Amino acid sequence: MTDRTVAVLAGGLSHERDVSLRSGRRLSSALRDVGLHVEEWDVDATLIDRLTHRRPDAVVVALHGGAGENGAVQSVLEMLRVPYVGADPRACRRAWDKPTAKDELARAGVSTPDWIVLPHATFRDLGPQDVLDALVDRLGLPLIFKPPQGGSALGVHVVRDASELPAAIVGCLAYGDSVLAERFVEGVEVAVAVLEGSDGEPQALPAVEIEAASGFYDYAARYTAGLATFHAPARLDAAATAAVAELAVNAHRLLGLRDVSRTDAVVSPDRVAHFLEVNVEPGLTETSLLPMAIESTGADLGTVYATLIERAVARAW
Amino acid sequence: MNTRGNDNLPSNRPPTQRDLDPHLRRYAQRTVGMTASEIRALFAVASRPEVVSLAGGMPYLPALPLDSLADELAQMVSSEGMAALQYGSAQGTAQLREQICEVMALEGVRAHADDVTVTVGSQMALDMVTRIFCDPGDVVLAEAPSYVGALTTFASYQAQVVQVAMDDDGLVPGKLEAALDALAAQGRTPKFLYTIPNFHNPAGVTMAVQRRGEVLRLCAEHRVLVVEDNPYGLLGFEGKIYPAMRASDPDNVVYLGSFSKTFAPGLRVGWALAPHAVREKLVLAAESATLCPPAFTQFVVSRYLAQHDWKGQVKIYQEVYRERRDAMLAALAQHLPPGCTWTHPTGGFYVWLTVPEGLDTKAMLPRAVTERVAYVPGTAFYADGLGSRQMRLSFCYPTSERIVEGVRRLAAVLEGELELQRTFGSVRPRTVFGPQSPSPDTA
Repeated sequence: MTDRTVAVLAGGLSHERDVSLRSGRRLSSALRDVGLHVEEWDVDATLIDRLTHRRPDAVVVALHGGAGENGAVQSVLEMLRVPYVGADPRACRRAWDKPTAKDELARAGVSTPDWIVLPHATFRDLGPQDVLDALVDRLGLPLIFKPPQGGSALGVHVVRDASELPAAIVGCLAYGDSVLAERFVEGVEVAVAVLEGSDGEPQALPAVEIEAASGFYDYAARYTAGLATFHAPARLDAAATAAVAELAVNAHRLLGLRDVSRTDAVVSPDRVAHFLEVNVEPGLTETSLLPMAIESTGADLGTVYATLIERAVARAW
Repeated sequence: MNTRGNDNLPSNRPPTQRDLDPHLRRYAQRTVGMTASEIRALFAVASRPEVVSLAGGMPYLPALPLDSLADELAQMVSSEGMAALQYGSAQGTAQLREQICEVMALEGVRAHADDVTVTVGSQMALDMVTRIFCDPGDVVLAEAPSYVGALTTFASYQAQVVQVAMDDDGLVPGKLEAALDALAAQGRTPKFLYTIPNFHNPAGVTMAVQRRGEVLRLCAEHRVLVVEDNPYGLLGFEGKIYPAMRASDPDNVVYLGSFSKTFAPGLRVGWALAPHAVREKLVLAAESATLCPPAFTQFVVSRYLAQHDWKGQVKIYQEVYRERRDAMLAALAQHLPPGCTWTHPTGGFYVWLTVPEGLDTKAMLPRAVTERVAYVPGTAFYADGLGSRQMRLSFCYPTSERIVEGVRRLAAVLEGELELQRTFGSVRPRTVFGPQSPSPDTA
């Protein structure tokens, strides 16, 4: 490998700081193993000064949530003309906002569960019961409520009985001012990572199938080894395997993503692949799905990201 | 699916099942519940300087004379290094145990150094006490609420915790008697009562002196040991040192002490003063856990006690914390919405805040972190899911100005929650119960 200096950005102020620190540590270790000089940087008021004066050859954004995924940090990197791995700010914004991503993909004919976004003000101004009645009439039950922006299943609640609706919504609103209500599709839950090769073509990695011990892949299941079982590649037949790979590549292309992404999807019993959300800075912790997908191909995290770093440097201004 | 064409990857491998923890079926039953937690993850954000953390209980170490301590430390290594860096006695050094007796004498305790066991913080002493007394399923009594670190210790030994109500004067003897009678009716005798009589963590209240006698009498009558945890006893703000319960009943009280709050927690030096027979078992249990407490930090504490004006340092701490307590109480009165109540501690580190009916302090923590203020939700201090209307606020570490700003932010969070309540009524989001709190280094 090269003697490049790479800054891995991790931490930050989002609710996912802890996960991001773990992603950053793991990625940094993997990059050192392949010979890169790596500095791990938290993101704070000194960031611009550090980027300006220490000038790394490239940056890898291992931030989850908030500024790391909504394009804010990427905009800073663009302003300072520092090469970085991953999507540009505009694409980040599209992917970060779940309703926007779903809308774009649905308009392109990609299957995604029906959804409605409801701000707190709608419930307040129109009366919660009338809104909830209309919501259930429109989407039925079960429903899944998510903060429109965010990850790690924080604030996510599955509702199977109408009596649980207010509690789920209040729990979701702890993470923002709106809720994304989505029809809950039962089926096989998979995560499909997409990597771009040196020709820039996005390619799907083997899908990773998730079996959460509790039935719900919540925060504890995501970050406690043993609370979920994974199958890589997923135990899908050929048609479904092809469908989820196509779905992930489509999401990557249609949202204008770059280098790497991870699409979360569910395959319903009729073998239709449904788009749920996409991550521009996928988790890289010991229990995260992208590293599993990479390892399932026999590759290693450090080599894959080192290649992405070279691409970032090559396309620099 | 295929990955051909991606020169970044080798070819596919056959399907594999990934069990990320191959030891999953081997863990002891006591590890149930040791999982990643959203709440604990949120505390990672609290360590950032942008967040006003009213969560952690970290002593304000800038009040220490660090330069002179550094000189003392260097001298100590030069002159006593051969002993300070060697293995030591499982019970702790004789010199420190003598000095600990002098510290406890300030609270009316007359003790012999032979009955003191030095431990790695008083947390280890509590662990050892629970280890030697509790089998799985045994009952331990504790105040409601109680110190989260005690609850996790009791849980790790699979003890059943029965919590007894407090009021502004601490543990309520009538409630204790009722709990003892109820357990007796079931044929059960608690192994011990765990109590923090002075400047309670988290409740901020102090057990009235006359109640201490009643509590001791009730426990003696029911043949229940008392474990008196007293890390804050010398940190009163009104010049008063309360008599230790151990002073009144040497035969039925195990006293736990610590230098973490009066000196520095990084040293991890605490102790247990126990009746002689109990002490013998404590020493053997401690030996199996650590062989011996670190000689180095014991030498540091000994030298500090012998050569520094440690009582003067405690006074400095008292002044710092009193000023911050005042700042917090004034800010709470000025900024919080109607319906909030809180305790008025006369010492220690903590205020216990009760929010309006229907609000849930654990569920609103994400919103608080978004607003860059942190606290510990009340459910952390109960073994049974109670405490959803309460939170613990620490005034020990942030400056008065930061405390005021933190309370102002907290008030905005509460207003937002009240707005939600006006919309949806009182609903309690599903959250995981149990003692989830920040790690010790999360300020």
